[in-house]
Amino acid sequence: MPKDEAGILSEIKKDFILKKLKEGKRGDERLLDQYREISIQTNYVPRSAGSAFVKLGKTKVLAGIKIEAGDPFPDTPNQGVLTTNVELLPMAFPTFEAGPPNEMSIEIARVVDRGIRESRMIDLEGLVIEPGKKVWIVFVDINVLDYDGNLIDACTLSVISALRTSVVPGSTIEGGKDFKLPVRNLPISVTMVKIGNELVCDPDLEEEQMGTTRITVTTTEDGHIRAMQKGEIGSLTLDEIKKAIRLSSDLGKRIREKYFQ
Amino acid sequence: MGTVSSMKLIDENGIRIDGRSKGELRPIKIETDVIERADGSAFIEWGGNKIIVAVYGPREAYPKHTQDIEKAQVKARYNMAAFSVDERKRPGPDRRSMEISKVISEALSSAVMVEQFPRAQIDVYIEVLQADAGTRIAGLTAASVALAAAGVPMRDMVVGCTAGKVDGQIVLDLCKEEDNFGQADLPMAIMARTGEVVLMQMDGDLTMEEFDEATGLIMDATKRINEIQREALAGKYRTLTLSRGGE
Amino acid sequence: MAESKQIVLPGDLIDPSLGKPRNGVFKCGDKQYCSQYFGIVQVSDQGVDVVPFSGPYYPRKGDKVIGKIIEVGPSMWTVDINSPYYTLLHMNDTPWRTTSGDIRKYLGPGDHIYAKVMTLNEIRESWLTLKDVGLRKLEGGHIVGIPAPKVPRIIGRGGSMVNMIKDATSTRIVVGQNGLIWIDGSPENVMMAIRAIKLVEREAHTTGLTDRMEKYLKELKEEK
Repeated sequence: MPKDEAGILSEIKKDFILKKLKEGKRGDERLLDQYREISIQTNYVPRSAGSAFVKLGKTKVLAGIKIEAGDPFPDTPNQGVLTTNVELLPMAFPTFEAGPPNEMSIEIARVVDRGIRESRMIDLEGLVIEPGKKVWIVFVDINVLDYDGNLIDACTLSVISALRTSVVPGSTIEGGKDFKLPVRNLPISVTMVKIGNELVCDPDLEEEQMGTTRITVTTTEDGHIRAMQKGEIGSLTLDEIKKAIRLSSDLGKRIREKYFQ
Repeated sequence: MGTVSSMKLIDENGIRIDGRSKGELRPIKIETDVIERADGSAFIEWGGNKIIVAVYGPREAYPKHTQDIEKAQVKARYNMAAFSVDERKRPGPDRRSMEISKVISEALSSAVMVEQFPRAQIDVYIEVLQADAGTRIAGLTAASVALAAAGVPMRDMVVGCTAGKVDGQIVLDLCKEEDNFGQADLPMAIMARTGEVVLMQMDGDLTMEEFDEATGLIMDATKRINEIQREALAGKYRTLTLSRGGE
Repeated sequence: MAESKQIVLPGDLIDPSLGKPRNGVFKCGDKQYCSQYFGIVQVSDQGVDVVPFSGPYYPRKGDKVIGKIIEVGPSMWTVDINSPYYTLLHMNDTPWRTTSGDIRKYLGPGDHIYAKVMTLNEIRESWLTLKDVGLRKLEGGHIVGIPAPKVPRIIGRGGSMVNMIKDATSTRIVVGQNGLIWIDGSPENVMMAIRAIKLVEREAHTTGLTDRMEKYLKELKEEK
């Protein structure tokens, strides 16, 4: 958990948030299972194969997709390749530094990637150019521009939005044509942090600083769990985890209905 | 999870590819005091996994600017030896190792009484010498033993197990083939007495009911694994024979 | 639930009827107490403790410890006392008169001292002093280390164990509360004393150790 310049969330703010939670509300008047305002702009970077700029409250991330022909992985010769990277840009937060990925950006990238991959959102078998020799590689790069909490969900939303509108540059292969990236399923990740005894969805920065442990559950339209990650220091009872799973499935449905119809 | 395979992982009698039944654990052995130089150490064999853990600390955190004035930092470093897997792995931390190090550090930090050691650091080195699925859980289970052996104060022992889905059925403690070709993988670790979850990850495809079945199997198994942890630590003191001399 | 002399792991419940919970025991629920160490349950008139089998030394004000100099500054030495934290010794807290900048001639890196923990603050910074009876730089001799929790066994009731070893092996022994022990004598005698100390380290948690030690020391002397 990166600390802000002052290093610590003020005690006064902590008390305020805890008091509001007892009334079933949060610092910004949201309900415990309420997401901040989401805005999604696809095709933000027209030169890329696909892209989406997402605002989740004040958190801002931009996902850009590049699709290129290349070698398949040796153990999956008849599948395309998906690779995900997250850059925490220095402009996004005082303690973010330029340099190689640190454990925070690696965790976010891998959790987002697993959610997409395990949902089979991209039909990787449909991305073969020459079996065993040449396939399409989908490079997903997410740049975090402003950090105000819940990067995992903001990044997942930006990636699924970008992938849905991506075009594979088939015309760069001899005799080929451009085609829409074949996608099915819409995985939605829902992240919560535990503050006191409550699970709070879509935590903003202060809630993340106050929260002990974090849990992310990614579900698909059929309500199945595709990926889960418990993070940060602290523990959860099995009942709390089951509650988180049920909430994630519900919120996933609501988000799909509101933003992806 | 891995690629689709025509391999049948469970037969009609519910016997798995390595001969086990659905709720059966692979053999587990834990030994302590394997690295005398360390403050605490443990070696675990779990199925084909061979993992060694060394604990150094608590000791003052260096460089000084990394010190947390309120508590100790538990830093786990999970590393796979180049020869630990089928295809030689390039030495050094990769993204997977860094993520695993992070979740293990967090799990141990939930149990260690870090408030007792302001400005300090506890280093937990987890070296996978041979990998056979479930390395992060085996490493974490051994790390808890090594920390206890080092005299580090903890609220509880940390113990874990994996479960997963193969051929549509929920099974306990995935082996390598099941991890590669199965349909879901769920590593989970808890605090032994309270059952609170300190590590949990999942990838694959599970319904809520399947998740329930999987976690039920894991919770059961952790009781047995905790006994193995206890034996590793206390065993040598109970069976101490009094002999003349000897170093 | 754990009882007296039982071996416990962190998180094991301790029977509250054993007495007032003290070192190594923490409140883990409503009216529930647990061990925080891998160690042994010890019941006394003062209450119930869990003594860990191993672990670092936690400095306490007034403890006399053996430390090793690891760094020399202009007016202060940094000392390693087998604790998670380094401790400091200031020139003013030694019997030597000197101007700062030249203190290396009194104590250099690698030297051992027998000192007292003078002060300690909440973030575990501590300072030593050499200004007390018996405190000094240790010259010659041999240093062995045992886990700090086992020091009381080495000393024994009223010093009985350590005195028994000293007499039987004709050595001088100084036991630091932090687990470092200084032994001085002829090489064979020092080896004998070390073997005796190792016996205590191995069997610190058992009963009847004093009698076994008497026998052991006799056997060691006969071996000579």
